[in-house]
Amino acid sequence: MDFSWLSDPFYQKALWTGFVNTLWLVAVSAVCGFALAVTFAMIRLRGPRPLAMLVTGLTTVVRGTPLLVQLLFFYDGVGRLLPEIPGLRESLIWPLLRDPFFYGALTFTLSVGAYTGEVLRGALLSVPEGELAAGRAFGLSRWQILYRLWLPRAIQMCLPTLTGELILLLKSVPLVSTIALMDLLKAANMVRDETFLVYEPLLLIAGIYLALTLVLTSVMRLIEHRFPGARPAAPKRRRLLPG
Amino acid sequence: MPSDHSDGLLEWLGPILQGALVTLEIALLAYAIGLGLGLIGATARLSPWRPLRALGTAYSTLVRAIPELLLIILLYYAGSQALNALLAEFGGDTHIEISGFVTAVGVLAFVQGAYMTEVFRGAIQAIPKGQLEAADAYGFSRPARFYRIVLPGMLPNALPGMSNLWLILVKDTALISVIGFEELFFTAQQAAASTRDYALFYALAGALYLVMTLGSNALFARAERHVRRGQPST
Repeated sequence: MDFSWLSDPFYQKALWTGFVNTLWLVAVSAVCGFALAVTFAMIRLRGPRPLAMLVTGLTTVVRGTPLLVQLLFFYDGVGRLLPEIPGLRESLIWPLLRDPFFYGALTFTLSVGAYTGEVLRGALLSVPEGELAAGRAFGLSRWQILYRLWLPRAIQMCLPTLTGELILLLKSVPLVSTIALMDLLKAANMVRDETFLVYEPLLLIAGIYLALTLVLTSVMRLIEHRFPGARPAAPKRRRLLPG
Repeated sequence: MPSDHSDGLLEWLGPILQGALVTLEIALLAYAIGLGLGLIGATARLSPWRPLRALGTAYSTLVRAIPELLLIILLYYAGSQALNALLAEFGGDTHIEISGFVTAVGVLAFVQGAYMTEVFRGAIQAIPKGQLEAADAYGFSRPARFYRIVLPGMLPNALPGMSNLWLILVKDTALISVIGFEELFFTAQQAAASTRDYALFYALAGALYLVMTLGSNALFARAERHVRRGQPST
């Protein structure tokens, strides 16, 4: 095992950039993806039928195709067609559309929205009807019922599953090494190509991911314990979600 | 323009469908081996012997905590080196290029086995203790107890997890393209690069994956009905 390349500031910088990009990508996609998931779940439960069917179709496609294919479809496919749209090059959003980070975040946000949307939909459905009726009896508005009762109760029920989804998101980040975005795996590949060391850089980032997974799991465990109210008994048959 | 598109599509449709077939072969083989590894892993994790239990836990925990793509690249290099060393040991000087197919299947099966370990462990633990005790009381041997009681008893519990893992596996086969093995997505990437029609060929690849996942969903739903026959509906 030869880790002497670690003292090279060039590689240090690449690894650090990759590390920061990885965390950013997870943070942005988790936050935007969760907002999208709530939207998807609500549309499927209460939205107009055509819109609900559209969301169902989108969810099926996202969950039924590889994430790598989706990422390259957006980056190479859609990204190459965009310059042909007249006027887009001169518009303000063009710098964003040229950034590979945007395509990574877009793909992951959509993926989190689809998978977590399904989880949330199930959880929202299992909140007892009486609790929502109680909210209405207290004169809460529909928004207040959603934000104060329905959503918090649903999140409380599916928090362990949400933890799993977050870990899945973290573990999909290395896919962006296939586009022009520096992540941990791309940094490791760079070291590998230049130093001809195969195992050392890969094992190093495997260790980093292991540590990140552990940290993220313990943080989520902490949040799970802090959530007010006792955790309800686990549902009888909790399906592992396809990832 | 439209004739351009259809020319490229017609020319590449054959190779891409061929790639889809390779993808299915890899997935089926890796799944079969993964099932075996999962059974071994679950047995190890539930074993009364501590070192074996620790080994099973280490396998499933480590593999599940590291991104699949990273594992596939790592195992690809480690696997081919180890196999070559093994061949050198037995076959003298013959340095055999290991086929990409064998490595692809091996790597995916190894990852799949770790997830399967957890599915089987949970399903085996969910079997009522009384059933195992009854088998012991009837004088079943350990293998007979496993095949007659444990296996059919755990299948209804394990099948939802197994079907999800199959879907994950089908989608994970696309990762093999990163190490340059010619399956569905690698062929689609070649087609896209040569025709410059990226959106079209990636959408086509996506559609083929979708057909595979939706098709197997229907099959698994039937299988689940079969193993749950005679059980009260939940």
